[in-house]
Amino acid sequence: MIITDVLCPFCGDLCDDIIVEVEGNKIIEVKEACETGVSKMMGHERIAAPMIRENGKLRETTYEEAITKAAEILTNSLRPLMYGWGSTTCEADKKGIELAEEIGAIIDNTTSVCHAPSVLAIQNVGLPSCTLGQIKNRADLIIYWGSNQAEAHPRHMSKYTSFTKGFFTKEGRKGKHVIVFDVRKTTTAEVADDFVQIIPGDDYRVLSALRVILAGAGDVVPSSVGGVPKEKLIEIVDRMKSSRFGVLFFGMGLTQSRGKPYNVANAISLVRELNAHTKFAVMPMRGHFNVTGFNQVCAWSTGFAFAVDFARGKPWYNPGETSTVDVLNRGECDSALIVASDPAAHFPRKSVEHLAKIPLIQIDPCPNLTTELADIVLPAAIAGIEVEGTAYRMDGVPLRLRKLIEPVHLSDEEILSRILSKVREIRGD
Amino acid sequence: MKKIDVKLISGRSIEQGIHIENKMSSGYFDVAAVCELNEKDMSKLGIRDDANVMIKSKFGQVVVRARTNNRNPPGIAFVPMGPWANAIIDPSTGGCGTPQFKGVEVEVTLTFDSISPIKELVGFI
Repeated sequence: MIITDVLCPFCGDLCDDIIVEVEGNKIIEVKEACETGVSKMMGHERIAAPMIRENGKLRETTYEEAITKAAEILTNSLRPLMYGWGSTTCEADKKGIELAEEIGAIIDNTTSVCHAPSVLAIQNVGLPSCTLGQIKNRADLIIYWGSNQAEAHPRHMSKYTSFTKGFFTKEGRKGKHVIVFDVRKTTTAEVADDFVQIIPGDDYRVLSALRVILAGAGDVVPSSVGGVPKEKLIEIVDRMKSSRFGVLFFGMGLTQSRGKPYNVANAISLVRELNAHTKFAVMPMRGHFNVTGFNQVCAWSTGFAFAVDFARGKPWYNPGETSTVDVLNRGECDSALIVASDPAAHFPRKSVEHLAKIPLIQIDPCPNLTTELADIVLPAAIAGIEVEGTAYRMDGVPLRLRKLIEPVHLSDEEILSRILSKVREIRGD
Repeated sequence: MKKIDVKLISGRSIEQGIHIENKMSSGYFDVAAVCELNEKDMSKLGIRDDANVMIKSKFGQVVVRARTNNRNPPGIAFVPMGPWANAIIDPSTGGCGTPQFKGVEVEVTLTFDSISPIKELVGFI
């Protein structure tokens, strides 16, 4: 059976034109997707059954026993942490937030270690943005700053920016100018018209210089800023002002290097000021396919986009205090539930050390490093392959994930729902 | 032993992305336990591709395989995001939740030690 218009559940681009061939409840071919998408959709090793760790070893068990144990751990914890949520559906996110409220947990998603600085910046200075569709149809100046999407979002340029043709961009690549700002000449930089190499940690200075030149005070800018000659900065500002529709995408190069939220706020402010001259938009390059969705669900249900602490019985948000890496670095939480994420692989070693010490519950389709630390392992169906549901693309557009094959395991939403029922049962609610 | 002082940048690579949901595989080990350096930095260390290097920061140390990548300017060591990079990055978040995965000062030296096993890095051996 051929299924068309499938959404790819890998990165924040949520490509919606994938063709999948299914035979006997198995995906046998994936067309149109990038290598990372094909790799995910064709499938890897799966967690076969629920597991519980006893005497240092995981043994297989039933969902019923594993869910009961998980509920007991969470109910008996003083400071439970619930982390992950980037690669599941909004429906599962919603259920997770309900559980967090019930047990007074901290709930946080992978935004915490990628675009948390962007959320802080957006809360300060806003986000003049648009959809990827508008960019495809209108943008003639495309800027990537600290974002190597040729490797992180492999189809971004061919679907939405440099290599696509739109209603007002009929010339395609010829009619567009692409600039990459980065500390190293990435594969994205190799296909740009301009590569601007910045000294590591100097993004804030370069952004400030561009803003000063744009404000007409270029005479105070020194001959070189962050390794970039002043003439080049002036040329770029002229190009920005004379574009019809410009867009600045930014990635981890801004959020994870010196300056973090201040870098992002500076980039957004530059774009805001450019709108006095032409139409300009800014967009964070979001990583996991539904990391944006958790931010949306969390914001409409708690008032905050990530790092929400329910210990007081109501939502409390204070990144640095309630964000996962900080909570782990302080050795504060006494249990953790990890959903659709692998913090053991992607957190600093110091944070992982605390994760290894506490009772750890994992809900995930595939074994990973977090499985090696987990005390309870609950295998889940893969969102967007075995479960349908809602996901938000990086530009905030909600799209419906398809179910392509029948799952063997329960969905994240169903597992969380059963844990919640069990918690209520234990508490006598 | 020759050494160079460089800035560590960790980040996504397409090979790392392909193996991201299969981290216990040898494929992941081959693409993530890697340090990419400019050829000038490689010759300062007197090494060729596939030599093992020790990367030390004030937050930890790790052994990975060196590889030439002239897309990096001299002075930058690129290690794909993952457990090897995370053994040496700065875990502090400066109050925003996100650790400093990029721009950490590190020292790189040739080593004859073997590449750090993935399980050792997350501390359950």
